[in-house]
Amino acid sequence: MKKPKVGFYWCASCGGCEEAVLDLAEDILGVVAAIELVFWPVALDFKRSDVEAMDDGEIAVCFVNGAIRTSEQNEMVKLLRKKSQLIAAFGSCAQLGGIPGLANMFNREEMIKEVYLRSPSVNNDAEITPKEDIQVNEGNLILPALWDTVKALDHVIDVDYFLPGCPPPVNLIEDVFNMIVEGELPPKRTVLAPDVALCDECERREKKPDKLTLKEFKSPFEINIDPQECLLAQGLLCLGPVTRKGCGGACIKANMPCTGCMGPTGRVRDFGAKALTAIATSIDSKDEKEINAIVDSILDPVGTLYRYSLPASFLHRHYEKMLIGGSK
Amino acid sequence: MPERNDIERFFDPKIVAFFCNWCTYTAADLAGTARMTYAPNVRVIRIMCSGRLDPQFVLSAFREGADGILIGGCHPGDCHYQEGNYQALRRFILLKRLIHAFGIEKERIRLEWIAASEGDKVQRVINEMTETVRRLGPLDLEPITKKVIDYMSVTHHEMVSISHRGSS
Repeated sequence: MKKPKVGFYWCASCGGCEEAVLDLAEDILGVVAAIELVFWPVALDFKRSDVEAMDDGEIAVCFVNGAIRTSEQNEMVKLLRKKSQLIAAFGSCAQLGGIPGLANMFNREEMIKEVYLRSPSVNNDAEITPKEDIQVNEGNLILPALWDTVKALDHVIDVDYFLPGCPPPVNLIEDVFNMIVEGELPPKRTVLAPDVALCDECERREKKPDKLTLKEFKSPFEINIDPQECLLAQGLLCLGPVTRKGCGGACIKANMPCTGCMGPTGRVRDFGAKALTAIATSIDSKDEKEINAIVDSILDPVGTLYRYSLPASFLHRHYEKMLIGGSK
Repeated sequence: MPERNDIERFFDPKIVAFFCNWCTYTAADLAGTARMTYAPNVRVIRIMCSGRLDPQFVLSAFREGADGILIGGCHPGDCHYQEGNYQALRRFILLKRLIHAFGIEKERIRLEWIAASEGDKVQRVINEMTETVRRLGPLDLEPITKKVIDYMSVTHHEMVSISHRGSS
């Protein structure tokens, strides 16, 4: 039997998704034996021209991680879409926009100024910032354009499967490889993780009170976290009730609250709004002033509720800080 | 009266109102039977309780072109389901901060307690809200959102999930 051809590509990401593939440890040998790797720039020497030389649909499955925020990433994923039968968004950034998506609370110019001029660790007296197009002695140099708005993979190309997580849990990755090798893929546009909230598999589930009554929200560094009690009941903003399970509660086991990287369950259209419902419902007060004071203890509402899903949310980005006429 | 600028003169705000079945919707009904006139800018959606209002409804309405959102529930202590309006209040307070963090004016969402007998309050609140939003101008999210709507309607409706075949 011919081995299925598989590709990996990364866009705006941290490299953690690529690491997650290596986390298969010795099982990776079995995977490599069963598939043919035709493109994986981070690990093996492939060039864009190698992809361009392929026939359309030659790659059986291409895994793309990272959000889309430059013209180059946009071109590259469009090329991969053409050359692949199936595209799988690998990890939260590709699925929902992820951590890079939080840049949507700012605009491109502010970001460049912050990184290249204002940051305390930067010494840039000549105020040199990256330009898309610059004339030097040797000729004209062109860099990819940085977009004002970060997008999820599904915003720019059609995506067939979504593998959630930051990074996706190893057992889910293994499942996907097995499905590819066995040729038993689920219907298109499936999220390849169980459609149940994390609380369902949480080892502290028995300790979760029927009704949460919180007078204050706390950050993990502010308290001695009890390793057995429900984290929500301790006043921590644990997003387990609204986050898809499948990670085995890795953060909970490390005594840290869930931040929602596995994304929403199937029927939820806006993760942050659903998380808001869960959090607001646990507030124990009927008085407007007191509720306001309790809500004050949530230091960064957008970063907390939309940590991995801002570009895929209804509001999508900061509205006033949009660059009018900026690219994308 | 001060002169209105062009936007205020020509802009007809779209306001989506979520009224609870037991108090505010009944009050709106009363305003109708009593032939009270009020601004025609509000599209009323009846929900069983203000506590049923999922914040997704509000964000989705903004996304689909609403310029303002009005929420009406029973007065504190009067909720048909005991506590629903308090849930609405808690969510509303957090939601208001959230949309403000996104750069959307806080005045674009408003929560009012209106009892079944307060038809005149429905009239007053709708008129006030319409004027407030008219002054704020259109909430034009369109330029960056076209693709998102496509994404939402395709991805999330059709995202079926498989049962976990997990090896662990």
